[in-house]
Amino acid sequence: MQSAVVVFVMSVIVFFGVNVVGDPIDMLINPEADQEDIEIAIRALGLDKPIGEQYLFFLKNALAGNLGRSFIFGEPALQLILQRMPATMELAFAALIMAVVLGIPLGLYAGLKPESLFARTTMSVSILGFSLPTFWVGLMMIMVFAVILGWLPSTGRGELGTFMGMTSSLFTLDGLLHMLMPALNLALLKISLVIRLTRAGTREAVLQDYIKFAYAKGLKQSRVIFVHLLKNILIPVITVLGLEFGNLIAFSVVTETIFAWPGMGKLLIDSIQQLDRPVIVAYLILIVLIFVALNLIVDIAYSILDPRVRLGDRKA
Amino acid sequence: MHRVRMVFAAVVAVLLTSTTPILAKSATIALASEPTSIDPHFHNLSPNNALARHIFDRLVHPDSNQKLTPGLAVSWKPVDSTTWEFKLRKGVKWHDGSPFTADDVVFTFGRAVSVPNSPSGFGTYIKGKTAVKIDDHTVHIKTAKPYPLVPNDISTFSIISKKHGESGKTADYNSGKAAIGTGPYKYKQYVPGDRFVFVRNESYWGDKPQWDELTFKPIKSSPSRVAAMLAGDVDMIAQVPTIDIERLKKEPKLSLSQGVSNRVIYLHLDHDRDNSPFVKANDGSDIKNPLKDLRVRKAISMAINRDAIVERVMEGVAIKAGQLLPAGFFGISSKLKPVSYDPAGAKKLLAEAGLKDGFKLTIHGPNDRYINDAKIAEAIAQMLTRIGIKTEVVTMPRSVYFKRASRGGPNKTPEFSFILVGWGAGSGEASSPLKSLIHTYDKSHGFGASNRGRYSNTAVDKLIEDALATVDDAKRQDMLAKATEIAINDGAIIPLHYQVNTWATRKGLKYDARTDEYTLGMGLVSE
Repeated sequence: MQSAVVVFVMSVIVFFGVNVVGDPIDMLINPEADQEDIEIAIRALGLDKPIGEQYLFFLKNALAGNLGRSFIFGEPALQLILQRMPATMELAFAALIMAVVLGIPLGLYAGLKPESLFARTTMSVSILGFSLPTFWVGLMMIMVFAVILGWLPSTGRGELGTFMGMTSSLFTLDGLLHMLMPALNLALLKISLVIRLTRAGTREAVLQDYIKFAYAKGLKQSRVIFVHLLKNILIPVITVLGLEFGNLIAFSVVTETIFAWPGMGKLLIDSIQQLDRPVIVAYLILIVLIFVALNLIVDIAYSILDPRVRLGDRKA
Repeated sequence: MHRVRMVFAAVVAVLLTSTTPILAKSATIALASEPTSIDPHFHNLSPNNALARHIFDRLVHPDSNQKLTPGLAVSWKPVDSTTWEFKLRKGVKWHDGSPFTADDVVFTFGRAVSVPNSPSGFGTYIKGKTAVKIDDHTVHIKTAKPYPLVPNDISTFSIISKKHGESGKTADYNSGKAAIGTGPYKYKQYVPGDRFVFVRNESYWGDKPQWDELTFKPIKSSPSRVAAMLAGDVDMIAQVPTIDIERLKKEPKLSLSQGVSNRVIYLHLDHDRDNSPFVKANDGSDIKNPLKDLRVRKAISMAINRDAIVERVMEGVAIKAGQLLPAGFFGISSKLKPVSYDPAGAKKLLAEAGLKDGFKLTIHGPNDRYINDAKIAEAIAQMLTRIGIKTEVVTMPRSVYFKRASRGGPNKTPEFSFILVGWGAGSGEASSPLKSLIHTYDKSHGFGASNRGRYSNTAVDKLIEDALATVDDAKRQDMLAKATEIAINDGAIIPLHYQVNTWATRKGLKYDARTDEYTLGMGLVSE
């Protein structure tokens, strides 16, 4: 219910916001067209009607599942977005895996042995991960690994493979090679974030009584760390990762543009530049839905990790 | 150890033998802007029109200098004042093997203006013309009034097969089902946002292109495009940024191909309003619009150091302009030369106009439309400030700019007073800019659609209209040249420079640079 209100409010803001900026006609029409042709094009796109009427028309169609047609491609906006979604999903997924697989062990180590040289180095490098702009890191990666060393392809999505009914570039070597740089570029900030969160959580937890008690009970160190400690520090990490995953899907605009990755983020930025209003509106509404869904998943993950949180209780 | 080395050598050998021949026969080209469809009539914009040239032919093919050459029509001539006869090429086959006839041409005239959901079609070039089949290989194109540009207009759109076009929707072209042309390449694959793949049409009627397979990849981000070229992932890139040209020239693995384009970058000034919103007196109060004074317009033109713009801002990659189209195009004047830099003369003219202390002006321009557009505006502002016209610069994204420049003011009039714009002559001759930029704004007749300065001169209007009704080439050339001379000498617009486009290719290849800025696989050849 709440979500429905959010989506509705969002649609109003986005629709009117997008409609006050510029005029898509100038982006669409051939410059040699005369006044008559321009007017025909304006009418064909329904841009001659007052904006309130345009919104009602949009709303009526949206309730029937039709979020409008792209001005630029002439195809349903939703279809365009969904067409590009797998490319973005696989990139976001790969980045998330990197964040977890690299971030949690490094963070744990840094939290358990904060004074060691390796931990200090990790923490310093993670500051770079936060502070360097994504586009710069991306371009540097291309320069080093593609142009100078020639190890990796510079841009684009690789060959697609099919595995268990899913088609993705995760399943071919060429695909993985193409994905390595953009995924790492996208993951860099998230890895740093996870390292810092895990380290902070670990340092706090090791001082607590239940950890001391577990050691006192004579449990093996590995069991204390990977069962008792990890389970407790994962809750903030999962909350943040859940939301960050949403960001990875929705706004990987910079990475996708630099690596010419044919995903949703690139579609969004292209649509904004060319004022393809229906696509912008459909995109943002879809993103709101994704975030609402992710929040739900995060809540469920809590309840699995922390027995004190049960879905039923949260109603109260 | 020895064995390991032998295995390694074998692997290398296999890799070399298996990859080298493929590399030699296929080419990958990175584009700066992405075509939005395979349907040749869906969207009348350069990236789409260029892409369509691979699968489809036109009746008349503009060559790399936009000179008209035979395409699917072998010859054309006016048979009376309102009828043009086109003789079609015999023995041409569609990609599915069916023969090409006059029916396809007549059908195309209907479809190219009526594609559902099309953002802008070919109505501009087709309206007022009817195609009539005379026999299987002769078509008459009739116009209501005598009209000389029939072959130019016809050269803008692709001819499609009636058989596939009748039921073919845009989606069927994108999926390849209806993408059956007569062109040098056949459709193989289209992944939106990622790639277009074509294979050579072995039974093409014309010159066979060099590449068995062509892949186009849109890489919008300029640094990434250059990096892809440097990494050797692509064989050619379009639109090399001017800032990288010096560096790429030194790169041993690459070569550059350059050519002047049909695009002139110019300044438009407010000729219309007595109180122009972005022209003020030195103290900020309203003044009578000085841009309406020819002496002031001349002073502005003389204050601009075109050599400096070309050398510094454009890194040498532009040609200074004195009229609407560069040398070699039809309808240009042989008398007009770029105005020379003369700040002292400009100051003198300002003083004569009673503006010894100058005035305040704002120049508006886009920042993502033309090569280095915002930097040019800044340079001009500095040059004008030097002669006393204190000029501020405001630049904005084209999505906002063009609306405001064309109709952002009251009653949908142009909002700005002094703007930086560019014009590419799609028809490849001078009537295109004259008709749209210089002719008096006249909605009912379709003149002056981009006349954002609202320049108006009845003598020029008459010459343009007469030229557009004169079929005789020599007479029309004179009229267009005369109209250009009057308009430019009257300061209708102030031309700055012609853009030069740069493509980068792998060493050993070269690109036949085109004035229409198209990037075509057919133009990429071994040296």
